[in-house]
Formats: sequence, C-alpha cells, structure tokens
Amino acid sequence: MTELSCKLLVIGAGPGGYVCAIRAGQLGLDTVIVEQARPGGTCLNVGCIPSKAMIHAANEFHKAAHTASGSQIGLTTGMPSLDLAQTIDWKDGIVGRLNSGVAGLLKKSKVRSVTGTARFHDGKKVVVDGPDGETTITAENIVIATGSTSVELPGLPFDESFVQSSTDILADRVLPEKLVVVGGGYIGLELGTAFAKLGVSVTLVEAAKRILPQYDAELTKPVMDRLLALGITLHTETFAQAVGADGTSLKVRNTEGVETTLPADKVLVTVGRRPVTQGLALDRLALAMDGPFIKIDDRCTTAMRGIYAIGDVTGEPMLAHRAMAQGEMVAEIIAGQKRVWDKYAMPAICFTDPEILTVGLSAEEAKSEGHKVKTGKFPFTANGRAMTTEREDGFVLVVARADTHRVLGIQAVGENISEMAAGFALAIEMGACLEDIAGTIHAHPTKGEGLQEAALMGRGHSLHI
Amino acid sequence: MGTHVILMPDVGEGIAEAEIAELLIPVGDVLREDDIFASVMTDKATVEIPSTVSGKVTWYAGEVGDSIAIGAPLVKIEVDGPGNEAEVLTVEPDPESTVDAEPTSAVDAPAKTPASAPAPPPLAPPKALQSTTKLRTPREKPVASPAVRRRALDAGVDLRQVPGSGQGRRVTHEDLDGFIALGGTSPLGAGRGPDTSVEEVKVVGLRRKIAERMVLAKTRIPHITIVEEVDVTSLEELRGCLNAERGDRPKLTILPFLMSAMVTALREQQNLNALYYDDDGIVHQHGAVHIGIATQTPAGLMVPVVRHCEARSIWDMASELGRVAEAARTGTAAREELSGSTISITSLGKLGAIATTPIINYPEVAIIGVNKMTIRPMWNGTEFVPRKVMNLSSSFDHRVIDGWDAAVFVQRLKTLLETPAMIFVEG
Repeated sequence: MTELSCKLLVIGAGPGGYVCAIRAGQLGLDTVIVEQARPGGTCLNVGCIPSKAMIHAANEFHKAAHTASGSQIGLTTGMPSLDLAQTIDWKDGIVGRLNSGVAGLLKKSKVRSVTGTARFHDGKKVVVDGPDGETTITAENIVIATGSTSVELPGLPFDESFVQSSTDILADRVLPEKLVVVGGGYIGLELGTAFAKLGVSVTLVEAAKRILPQYDAELTKPVMDRLLALGITLHTETFAQAVGADGTSLKVRNTEGVETTLPADKVLVTVGRRPVTQGLALDRLALAMDGPFIKIDDRCTTAMRGIYAIGDVTGEPMLAHRAMAQGEMVAEIIAGQKRVWDKYAMPAICFTDPEILTVGLSAEEAKSEGHKVKTGKFPFTANGRAMTTEREDGFVLVVARADTHRVLGIQAVGENISEMAAGFALAIEMGACLEDIAGTIHAHPTKGEGLQEAALMGRGHSLHI
Repeated sequence: MGTHVILMPDVGEGIAEAEIAELLIPVGDVLREDDIFASVMTDKATVEIPSTVSGKVTWYAGEVGDSIAIGAPLVKIEVDGPGNEAEVLTVEPDPESTVDAEPTSAVDAPAKTPASAPAPPPLAPPKALQSTTKLRTPREKPVASPAVRRRALDAGVDLRQVPGSGQGRRVTHEDLDGFIALGGTSPLGAGRGPDTSVEEVKVVGLRRKIAERMVLAKTRIPHITIVEEVDVTSLEELRGCLNAERGDRPKLTILPFLMSAMVTALREQQNLNALYYDDDGIVHQHGAVHIGIATQTPAGLMVPVVRHCEARSIWDMASELGRVAEAARTGTAAREELSGSTISITSLGKLGAIATTPIINYPEVAIIGVNKMTIRPMWNGTEFVPRKVMNLSSSFDHRVIDGWDAAVFVQRLKTLLETPAMIFVEG
C-alpha cells in the first residue's frame, strides 16, 4: 500500500477535474489527480469530441452523397462510400492526441496522476484502488469531479450490443441498417441526425410533445424541418417499453395507449445523464445533497470544509465548459484568492443540423424573472453569406431589457452557428447593451452580421430587412 | 436509539459560514435540551447555539477555529427515539433560501436565535446614495465586465454599491476607480466627477503664530466653559437712547457695555483678571484691566488691546476699541496695542451662534465669548413676552479658577447686563 499526501486532491480527470488540477499546479499547489480511465473524462473520450468527429464524418459523407445526384451549384460527384472502421480509427486518433495532450499539461504543471477508483475514508483521506494496489491519499483539500453517466431506462438496460448508450454507439465499427433512438434531447438528436446522414434508417422516440422540449419551439423548428427532410421518423409522446421478443425490435406505447413495435438493429438510449456518486463512499462524509447531486454554494464548496465539488456531479447544466470554469475557480480559491461564481450567462449548443446556440435568458425566461423585454430577430434568408453557402435556414434572436437595453440573452439557430458562441457570450458577460452590439462593426459578408442586425432590430431599425 | 443532527443555523444575513468559537460539551458528554453546546462566530456577532434535544454528543463538524457552512451539520447527538439524521441529510433547503430566508428551522436548526445576539439587520445602502442614484434591487446582479467584477472582488468592493455610469448602469473600470478613491463609502452625485486635487498651503507667519498659541493654550490649560443666557432688552433700550443722543461720538456697540460690566465685576474678583505664568508657578493679579478683543483681520486672528478699561468711560472705551481694532485690521497696530491684555473678549457678532467654547488667550485665565443676540419668548411669570436675549460662553483656566468662582463671575455679568444702571452706579 502506498501513502501520499498533498495540498489538493482532485477526483476525476474530466474537463472540470483536469482544469482544476492544472490551474492548481500553475499556482504552486501540491496536487494529485485520480482517474480510473484515460484523462479527459466523458467529454474527451466518449462525449463531445468523439460525437463531433462522427458528426463531421456524417456531414462530409452526406454532402458527397447529395451531390452524386447533381446540385444547384453545378457540382456532380460520384457516389461516395464510407469505411466506418477507418472513421472510428480516425476519431480514436483524435481522442488519443487529446488524451496525451491533457496528460502532458498535467505533467507540465507538476500534477501527480494516480490511476484507479477513489473512495473516501474520511473528509481528509481517500483510498484509491488501482492496478498497482491501494494508495491512501491524505489531502488538505479535495475536489469531487466525478462527472456523470448515461441514465438507463427501467426495462431497457444497456447491453452494449443491442441497447446501447452513446458511449457504445460511438465505438461501433458497423453501421446498423435501422436505428431507434430513444430520447429526443440534444444527444439523441445529434447522433440520430449523424446516423441518418450516413444512410441509416432512423426512428426517434420522444416522451414529450416535441423534440428538445426545453428549448423554444421557434428555435427547434429548423431542426425539426431538417430531421424530416433527412427522412427521420418521429414518434412524440411515445414511451419505450421493452426489447421485442425477437430481439430485433423495440416495443413502444404512446400516451393514448397504442402499442407499436419498431424494428431495429440497434436501440440508442439517450434519456439523460445522472451524477456519478456511487462507489465514492460518500456516506462516510456529511455532504448536503441537492437531489441526486452534491450541493454546492457559489464557491463550489460543499457542506464540509475543505471538500469542493465541480461539474456534472453538482447538477445542471451538465456542460464541460461549466465544469472547466468551476475547476479553475476552485483551484484559485484553494490557492487563497478571492473568487466567486459570478457569471452572467452559460452558453449551450446542440450540434444538430442546423445547430442551436443559446446564451443567457430566452424572452420567456427574462419575462418570468420580471423583466420587460425587447427582442430583435434576424433571419439568415436576408444574409449574403448564408445564401452563398446554401444554408439560409435559421436566425439570430437578441433579448434585451426594455428599460436599459442590456442584452440578457442571445439565441440562434443555423449551420455552424456554434462558432458564434464566443461573441454572444462575450457580449452578455461584458454587460453589453443593444447599442454596443449595433455600434460594433461586424465583418461582411459573415453570418455574424446577423447578430448586429438583430440588435438593430431590437432598437427598431434594422438595415437589411 | 437514533442520531439527531443539528445544523449550523443561519446566524446572520448573507453569511455562508460561521467559525466555531467554543465547544462547551465535549464529545461523549451528555447534554439536555436548551443547554448551550457551542458558540459560533461570524464577522458580525458571536452566537450561542442551544441544543433542541437531550442526549449524548457523538460528533462535531469541526474543532474550535473551523468554519462550518450555514445549513451544514454542526453536531450529532445520540438520542432516545429515532432521531432525525436520515431526513436532515437528505432533505435540504434549496441553496437560495438558506442564504437569505429564515433560519433553517424546517430541518431542526434551533428555531430561535438566542436573544443575547440577535442577527444584525441587513446593511442598508448609504442614505445619500438612495437619494441620488437609483439602486439595483439587492438580488440583482450588478452589470460589469468580468475584469471589473474580478477587480471589485479582490478589492473587497460590493459592486451593487457602486453607481454605474454606463448605459444600463453598467459599472466601468473608471466607476470602480472612483468608488475606491472615495474610500468606498460616499458615492458620487449624478453628473459630478470627484475632485481629487490637493493643494499644499504652507503654514507660515501669523497663521503659524496663531497655531502655536492655540496649541499652547489648548494643551496647557484645562478649560472650563460656562454658557449663560442674558436678557439684554433693557441694555438694548439704554444703548438705543445713548446712540440717539451721541452727537459726533462713536456709535456704541454691545461690547463697551460688556467691557464696563467686566470692569465692575472684576473689582470683586481680581483673581480673574490675571496672568498665570505656569512655568514659574506664579499668578499675577493685575489692578489694571487691559481687555483683549479677538478680531478677525485679513491676515487672521489678532487680539488688539484696550488698555486701562478701569479708567475709561463707556464712550472712551468705545472710541479706543474702534481705534485699536481698525489698526489691527489695517496692519498698522503697534506692538503694545497687540499685547499686554489681562482678560479677553471674543465676539463673532451676527455669526455668534448659540454657544461657543472659547480658547483662553494664554497666559490669561479667562475669556468671555459673546454669542448672537436674538429675540426669544421669555416667561415673565404670567405670560411669554418677546425679549432680546444673548448668550455668553465664557472659558476659565480651571487650574487656578474654581468652577464656583467662574459661575459667580458669569452670574455677576448677567446681573449687571440685565440691569445696566448697576454698571454705572459707583458702589
């Protein structure tokens, strides 16, 4: 048995944990990070990055397949073919590069890495079961960054081959012919769209009345249109029941009680994620919980002194960039700096087709917080760059306070709109008013002009519509 | 047997954690309901925590000096019966409400905060700010860029208190600089920039002399000051008559009458007309009454002297007073006209206020301060009547003048001035 002691112990090397450890190392804190798998967490290994790689491959394939039958720009290609195994290798290569990148950054910051699963002995001591046996780590401060994992449906447990999680399907080297996706949230839609573009017959089952129920219908409509155009079959207000008796179908039932059997080679279940708190022996601590999540305050401190929690394990929104910002903040707090969570806005992106980007409050949310609001909306049908890339679907919507014109939220839907997240978030975090955005020169011709036009529209005088 | 958990109560508005100041009942000991088992300290107050149950202490959240989050378990007590551990550790109030709502009594924190240390009221923003600047509601986040927010946090400034000059009351770097430059307390009025200029003025010449004399007097002499009200209605009538028939003589102000009254009163209390050379331990009681008159001149405070008042008529005193005061103002006064006084008068005329605390003209032992004359309603035994009233604020050197003597002198002046005929009747 090995014994270590340190100033800071980080449990979990996902985006929250590794950023926290790197920052702590930079600040000269003696830091140890524990991870049971490869560094980078869900995001890097089986989440954001692999799915974006698959979405890119699907888009490329789909575009080529589309032009095989000619196109309006005069381009005709031959019918493409895809070697999915090679695609997976390419994706794994990217993940591998990022894995070693994170490992290198940790090393450069003089963070010690320990492989294994951690469990609390008490509030200052953690035992790690690893390939080399047990390591006992005594730490002045401990950051819980254990992340989240896919939720299973009762009656439809993951079996890695037929009923799959997003992790499983992103590693599969064979395309299914018929894929049923259970859950119309962003993960199901991103992957469902990608597989549809790869030629898979995709059926989507969603329990709510519409897909992406947490978003405004206005934002999801272009995505909905695209799903239908890609030939995806949609069953809303429908619940997955069980695998069919033949093992190649999924039984579902709608709210009216009508049962249907959907034929499938694979079932992808994406009905949400739950925090990873099991196995940590959290019962040995006296942490306050917030439902299934660890309760934290605005400094990410838990109910116990010296124990912090960051990332998905602390609740919604479960986003890598939220975890990273929390991790950085906690490292600085432990290093003795004054820090507090004072962010105005949290950007969130659905990498659907087209992509949906939201930052800050929607008009409805702003009203429910008691604000009188002005909104400005600019459609890409009036944007030159959108026309020349053959993607005029989507719009930018700016929500501002009616009295001060301060921008409270920006939402947009459109192809590649995710790259505008930087500008949207910066505007809100800087406390910009409509006049600030309207008064900033936006380069022409870009889709970014949509933001300026929407701000002008909020002031009541758009120039190009 | 069960375990009862008591949470750290919300001991003050907006406090996230409290430090354990004292643990009165060690782990393993038994306590009864209402026993104080701990006291906790925030930066505002120390609060004693009573137990809500009887039982044996099995666990504390920390030791003395440790900070425990509000709403976190503070103590575990082994009790007869089921205890509340299961519910307390799963049912939690939401994070918002613990910060700004009632104590977490729902989960069995002590329901009442001990009366000895009531939670302090929420800090109100400065009054001036309320009147000049529309404040954000306390819950509303201040609008500022991330860099400004971080600077404010590092400087310990609550951005909600900083008036923002930007559109939408956005707080800029300059707003924050200004707020910090003003000491972080007095916010700016709308549209007026802070003037942070400082002009150096050398204290030289007469000003330095005045400064030295004041320090000498104020540090050496233990002053006793008596303020008395004088009804000068009769005196004013007399003064009016005399002035009406003065011919080409100088107009009489109230000062010559006061000087005459002082001469009369000092005849009975010569120890007040004196110079106390404290280094030598000798008091010189003077027969001559040389009255210094504190006079504002363009160069500063000067004290021209009307010499030998005991030998002067009231008209004589008035003309001499006019002459030396004018000499002082024009800077033509001779040295002996500015020194040698044995007692002094200070009068600010219409600026004379209700009361003053005159500083004795060292090494004299008494100074008479004349306050503003006003018409006040006075009770004459049956009704209020309008009377002309003036206060005298007089200071004495308490080392050599007892309070009794001082009071007798002031009363004598009052009597003489209220019945001015007595001043002129040779006794």
